[in-house]
Amino acid sequence: MSLKWTHPIQLYEMTATKPLLSLFLLSIILCAAIIAATGMGFLKISPAEVIQILWSRLLGEQAQAINPTFPFVVMEVRLPRILTAALVGGGLAVAGAVFQAILLNPLADPYTLGISSGAAFGASLAIILSIFGIMIPAWLSIPIFAFIGAMATLVGVFSLASSDNRLSSNTLILSGVIIAAILSAGIGFIKYLADEQVSIIIFWLMGSFVGRTWVDVLSTALVVIPGLFFTLYFARDLNIMALGERTANTLGVDSSRVKKTLLVAASLITAICVSVSGIIGFVGLIIPHLLRMILGPDNRILLPACFLGGATLLLGADTITRAWLPSEIPIGVLTSLIGGPFFCYIFRKKQLALTS
Amino acid sequence: MTLRERLFSIQDLCFSYRSTPVLEDISFELHRGKFYGLIGANGSGKSTLLELLMATLSPLSGSITYKKKQLDHYSRQELACRLALVPQHFSMDFEYLVRDVVLMGRHPHIPRFSSPAPHDIKAVDTAMETMDISHLQNRPVIALSGGELQRVVMARALAQETEVLILDEATSNLDIQHTIAIMKVIRRRVSEKGLTVIAAIHDLNLAAAFCDDCLVLKERRIYANAPVKNIFTSQLLRDVFSVDAEIHCTTEDRHPQIQYNYL
Repeated sequence: MSLKWTHPIQLYEMTATKPLLSLFLLSIILCAAIIAATGMGFLKISPAEVIQILWSRLLGEQAQAINPTFPFVVMEVRLPRILTAALVGGGLAVAGAVFQAILLNPLADPYTLGISSGAAFGASLAIILSIFGIMIPAWLSIPIFAFIGAMATLVGVFSLASSDNRLSSNTLILSGVIIAAILSAGIGFIKYLADEQVSIIIFWLMGSFVGRTWVDVLSTALVVIPGLFFTLYFARDLNIMALGERTANTLGVDSSRVKKTLLVAASLITAICVSVSGIIGFVGLIIPHLLRMILGPDNRILLPACFLGGATLLLGADTITRAWLPSEIPIGVLTSLIGGPFFCYIFRKKQLALTS
Repeated sequence: MTLRERLFSIQDLCFSYRSTPVLEDISFELHRGKFYGLIGANGSGKSTLLELLMATLSPLSGSITYKKKQLDHYSRQELACRLALVPQHFSMDFEYLVRDVVLMGRHPHIPRFSSPAPHDIKAVDTAMETMDISHLQNRPVIALSGGELQRVVMARALAQETEVLILDEATSNLDIQHTIAIMKVIRRRVSEKGLTVIAAIHDLNLAAAFCDDCLVLKERRIYANAPVKNIFTSQLLRDVFSVDAEIHCTTEDRHPQIQYNYL
């Protein structure tokens, strides 16, 4: 039996060309995807025109487009939505990779600690309050409530898990499951109260990027991008922590501090993503997995690659539902519908390769 | 016998998990360039004592000094450059290559955001050669057998190039060939390069063959602490392990060997 291990990247000793090349390629693909997606939709705009509009806007000039409505469509309608989708996709994928590395569990995703349930509960609460006419305006209160809900969940999970000083992954995951179960019951109760208007809550939960503005882009970017660099700072410690907490400690890594810091950082990223877009599954699970298979487990490459890959994937999915499908289906449903079977295929192929 | 530098000095050490006492009134010293065996029945506190020496646990009372300085006054990084641990259990869920894992032993020596220097690479190559795993270096660790994995973990600790090596039953998963080979390698490093080794060992004959001194733990306390030549007696084996055995001393070899009475 001779196994051929095709493993493209050697940790540490990488000559820095291969991983950097793959990051460069991923960046190019993301840029191309953004430009292509901006041109697609009811009004077709060619990539050249998109670039021209962006360029002239960057220089502060009045765009000389063929159609005078194009600059408005690009700058005010499509680009905010596209950039929000990209940032959310990137953020969820990075958060997923961090959760997987910290909890030493390849099955973890950004929602493992129940952050999504917290956000969903917050959002449902805002929606039910606005249905009862207490809280206005909903477009502002929903993301804020969702964010607060997500952060409160994190605090809850941490205080529940804190009896275990080392914050072992089993304790954390179990605490997340418990809190999420309670919150799900709460969401169910709110849905029941909403009665006939329950569809508003259900649609929010399924996720959407419809009508996102530059405010959404900015608030997401302000958390996700610093979050990426922050997690990147600890990337090598994360690699070492794959050896197990005890061994990592003997190698000079303060595991429990790194663990806590990064859990908070990844949860913050998740919270902002969920609060602007609703609950979008699978990106945070599938992208880190897929890229780990291609690029290897080194977090210093994996984390930025996840950001770029997640951004491209979610942007692609959002463009499909926005520009291709006859009517928009919720993005969270779409990602799971496409992502699930694809992941099954990859997973099966890999298992077969390992056992043959 | 030359006077050796004192590395560890342990005074009146006590430790307990919550309300369960694990170690009581432990006092001993460890000197540079010696191979110490730590023996005792299951649950006698061996692993806990090793963790206390590694500073991954803090004593409840008493003190541990390393080179005349309190152990908890060292930073994690400083300790990682001085003490290396080979744990009893090791598993990994991510597909790091064997070479990557061995290189992780260089982590405390490589500044953040730096690439490994040539001597880091050399330390890794040497450690892999020593542990006879060079041919596995581009295999993911999750595809290795238990024994191969243990040699990888050992190589990682050797690559760390510390002055003290702490082994927590590090050869328990190995076949006899690799066990003896590894013990010989470590013994040579102790004798020739002044490495200090503290090893929790279950196989008493192995301890008798390779260690200089043995610390025997019984019910949370130190039962005996003496050179290996005169520590093993039928009395000790009966008291500590409740087994009946005879001790043989081969004439050409100064190490005692234990013959258990199985019936």
